[in-house]
Amino acid sequence: MSATLTARPRLTTSAMIASIAAEGQRTRPAPFGHALAELADRRPDIVGMTADLGKYTDLHIFAKAHPDRYFQMGMAEQLLMGAAGGLAKEGFVPFATTYAVFASRRAYDFVHQVIAEENLNVKIVCALPGLTTGYGPSHQATEDIAIFRGVPNLTIVDPCDAVEIEQAVPAIAAHCGPVYMRLLRGQVPVVLDEYGYKFELGKAKLLRDGRDVVIVSSGFMTMRALEVANLLGADGVDVGVLHVPTIKPLDEEAIVREASRSGRLFVVAENHSTVGGLGEAIAGTLLRAGVAPAFRQIALPDAFLDAGALPTLHDKYGISAAAMTTSIKSWLQ
Amino acid sequence: MNGIAEPRLERAALASSAYRIRRFALRMGEVQGQGYIGQALGMADVLAVAYRHALRYRAEDPKWEGRDRFLLSHGHYAIAFYAALIEAGIVPEQELETYGCDDSRLPMSGMATYTPGMEMSGGSLGQGLVIAVGMALGLRQKNNPAFVYNCMSDGELDEGSTWEAALSAAHFGLSNLICLVDINNQQADGQSTKVLGFEPIADKWAAFGWFVQRVNGNDMDALVDAFDAAREHAAAQPRVILLDTKMGKGVPFLEAREKNHFMQVAAPEWQQAIAILDASHNEPEKA
Repeated sequence: MSATLTARPRLTTSAMIASIAAEGQRTRPAPFGHALAELADRRPDIVGMTADLGKYTDLHIFAKAHPDRYFQMGMAEQLLMGAAGGLAKEGFVPFATTYAVFASRRAYDFVHQVIAEENLNVKIVCALPGLTTGYGPSHQATEDIAIFRGVPNLTIVDPCDAVEIEQAVPAIAAHCGPVYMRLLRGQVPVVLDEYGYKFELGKAKLLRDGRDVVIVSSGFMTMRALEVANLLGADGVDVGVLHVPTIKPLDEEAIVREASRSGRLFVVAENHSTVGGLGEAIAGTLLRAGVAPAFRQIALPDAFLDAGALPTLHDKYGISAAAMTTSIKSWLQ
Repeated sequence: MNGIAEPRLERAALASSAYRIRRFALRMGEVQGQGYIGQALGMADVLAVAYRHALRYRAEDPKWEGRDRFLLSHGHYAIAFYAALIEAGIVPEQELETYGCDDSRLPMSGMATYTPGMEMSGGSLGQGLVIAVGMALGLRQKNNPAFVYNCMSDGELDEGSTWEAALSAAHFGLSNLICLVDINNQQADGQSTKVLGFEPIADKWAAFGWFVQRVNGNDMDALVDAFDAAREHAAAQPRVILLDTKMGKGVPFLEAREKNHFMQVAAPEWQQAIAILDASHNEPEKA
């Protein structure tokens, strides 16, 4: 046992500072915090609020740039959402940050009743979406999208990388109404610049075309999908990637268009439980449109997930590039 | 109308205002055959002082930026609040005939999206005070001297969010926030003090850092003094007025009725109650 432990480097949980960036990957620090601080230079109505997670949602960058517009609400998520609603009623555009688990589970009724029912202009920006921490179910927001998809008026955004976060911040601020955005924080990978990408709220973007498989994905799973496309491409499998950063409202036109091309495996890849996320949203869309491709879902299981190191967990639950490649190969046989 | 700009109404005028609020509420109750009438009668004096003495507002412009914000956290008190909005001239009197009806602007539970002068969608209890904290912060940020009043029930003292907000309002020194707690000691499952004891409630608010007053919520003189003191208090801290009210106040047979969160009133009793109210007031009005 001890021989095994010394022979291999031990992967550690490092949850509070975990980055999903692979070793050697290009990254940018705190893209959300910098983008919001910059936006606030131009827009005096922007305010930042957090529930004792400023440093852990990159809002500390904004706080330093605009201390007069930063509200530390303490570890009180119901207050955070309610007070954000109050500030929105007074004409401000609050960006309220916490972890996705706390916004969706603990403060749900305040998001629903205070913010969404009155269509208030609150932007809820949450770190640790899906499986982006090894802390276990207390911190893993594996069903946040399922919870929030049912809320009328609420727009849901799941950005892929630093490039997209930087573009999404002014875009969601310009949108009139409540938004829930999943956040990647800290050293965030830079991927989409290579694709000439431009974020548009409510629009899916075909990042690459492919004859054999199309992967439809959101969040950092799009980064994984692009890796998978390269890996499978080396084996002669031509993979397309449709990135769907806005989960609600869904770009049904683009999804139905891609699903209508015959002879392709149609794979939805999401950093979320199989229940109620992008996969089921798309499945419903396709059924209603009468389109029935060979549909497969790469998603987290409907279970309380393990604690541990992220690479280990991503492999175990099938959302690492290697695990995804194996799954897709098996479906192609 | 701008309440501040008007000369201070005499106590008799405030009593007449409370009488009309009770009467409007009873007429709405008769429309639906139900409504939280016990609470409405209990809170009529508070609402009369709020809308005829304390609040700045313009009846013709309910969203006037200079208005004091009045949040009805307990949305089921809507019947009382609509009566106050009618008394204030914000909602036309004839609209009370639509109370709780399809397509009415006066639904059974208060919602901001339906009614002019309704600042929040209440009803999911324990939400008013957290919203009030945000609005008070926003007003301060804008250098707007308006007050935020959050009106809530004693049952809402059970909600954790109330105490998150209480902690926060003191932390931020929100001297533009005035919380009104209706203590009628009645919530859905029985006496509030037995459902989840909250006494000594004045000590709790004081310990949280608030300027606290506890008054008889059916005593007009005490109410006027309490609202004045809450607004004029010099220290940079939020203010709470704990209001001991009597459910059914002003209609003795309803005051004596077995205490119940949702008071049962038989069809003929609405007019009987109005008649008693009229008889006890020296300026009866026509229904």
